Amino acid sequence: MSNLSVLYDTPGPRARRRNHLYTVLFLVAFAALMWWVLDVMASKHQLDADKWSPFVEDSRVWTTYLLPGLAETLKAAVLAILIALPLGAALGIGRLSDHRWVRVPAGVVVEFFRAIPVLMLMLFANQAYAEFGNLAFDIRPLYAVVTGLVLYNSSVIAEIVRAGILALPHGQTDAAKAIGMRKGQIMTVVLLPQAVTAMLPALVSQLVVIVKDTALGGALLGFPDLFSQVQEITANYGANNIAAITVVALIYIGLNYLLTSFAGWLERRLRRAKKSTGAVLAADATDQLETLGTESVVMTERPTDRDREA
Amino acid sequence: MFDFLEGYDLLGAFWVTVQLTVYSAIGSLVWGTLLAAMRVSPVPVMRGFAAVYVNLMRNTPLTIVILFTSLGLNQTLGVTLAGGDQDSVLFRLAVLGLIAYTATFVCESLRAGINTVPMGQAEAARALGLSFPQVLALVVLPQAFRAVVAPLTNVLIALTKNTTVAATIGVAEAALLMKEMIEVESDAIFLVFSVFAFGFVVLTLPMGLLLGWVAKRVAVKR
Repeated sequence: MSNLSVLYDTPGPRARRRNHLYTVLFLVAFAALMWWVLDVMASKHQLDADKWSPFVEDSRVWTTYLLPGLAETLKAAVLAILIALPLGAALGIGRLSDHRWVRVPAGVVVEFFRAIPVLMLMLFANQAYAEFGNLAFDIRPLYAVVTGLVLYNSSVIAEIVRAGILALPHGQTDAAKAIGMRKGQIMTVVLLPQAVTAMLPALVSQLVVIVKDTALGGALLGFPDLFSQVQEITANYGANNIAAITVVALIYIGLNYLLTSFAGWLERRLRRAKKSTGAVLAADATDQLETLGTESVVMTERPTDRDREA
Repeated sequence: MFDFLEGYDLLGAFWVTVQLTVYSAIGSLVWGTLLAAMRVSPVPVMRGFAAVYVNLMRNTPLTIVILFTSLGLNQTLGVTLAGGDQDSVLFRLAVLGLIAYTATFVCESLRAGINTVPMGQAEAARALGLSFPQVLALVVLPQAFRAVVAPLTNVLIALTKNTTVAATIGVAEAALLMKEMIEVESDAIFLVFSVFAFGFVVLTLPMGLLLGWVAKRVAVKR
């Protein structure tokens, strides 16, 4: 039911009047809520011009706080994805191995790190570095944040890789075997290149999760990322909590919205291109993937030979 | 070996985690269903509102949402959500933030579930003269819910892990206790971490297995 307007008839005169009524009622309710919010905000002096003006008039807010914070956030996110990608690929392929002694440990690692909250991984990494490492005090939060993100996201990426490979029609492997390829060749020459294309949208949208999770480091580890700039700004520009949170949230939303839209565009494009076998992992596959189970992996694929047998 | 646990209320902290999860799960199921209904409704303003809400909230870090409930709503605007002592106010604010965030994922899952219902069913329902609320509530949503038990399970498990974010505003749940213990009992950090990791595996594993079984049972075979 991809065309959702099938749920209701084309409105006639009465339905149109009713819809107009609902529109008005909804707008009135929404306006009343907004009015109440703004009224409370005004009475607490959160709408005063000097609370908001720094963000448009004072360029130092941007150059000393927001932009360096954004740079730290991006640094952690990019580092995490660069390390997690090869690690996740290795784990994902490991889970598909024919050898039990590779398959089982890889599976245990993946399932374990997916079950633990990222925040706990970061807290643990931070303290472990403090105890056993000799990192400089100011660089430790970055290491801790990236470690936590890598541990969690490499196991998520492992599942994406596995899903991408499993989504390919079994005939690919059969054909490669028939012309005498070895297991390693089948994986690197035939399966992986196609799986990588299929999972690109899912990977891009995993970046959104990583960007969002960097904020945990800012909240609890003293990582000087975009999130932690809220406190810096409110400390320096008068108690403009709401203004500062709003601006920081808007930056996150803008950045992540770009990534989300890019993933969606990529997915549509790959699906249109008929060159591949048609297997594409949906951009929101990671939402579903975020935790357990392999059956729940969202795959948009044409029915494969295996499915027909089943 | 586990004597470092003495003096800490481990079960109490996990109990708070469980409570956060249960209240937020119920709240986000209700709010998420409402959002999904708005997203497919014939009134364009409601569709627009739900779409904007979902896109904004989904792209905001949960940490920001939770911080806003504490710093923005509570400290700046004086919202206390029925008052009480500071602990219960913070707890309710965290639940509010978790609901606002998780509902968007519930909404998106449900919308995907609505897509699995064959078009002919809605057409048949309309032909019988059912109105939009009736089509949705009697024909489409019941089937959509059965189709999305598995995705909703994943949302629920993600929510369970996300409750740890409440530690950032000082709700005394598992992650906050772990932060405290890991600093005090620094000679046993691996043990401390293992205990908390085990706690989360205990919480999420049965949930996934049970609801996975339910998902298989209730799925509409097409």
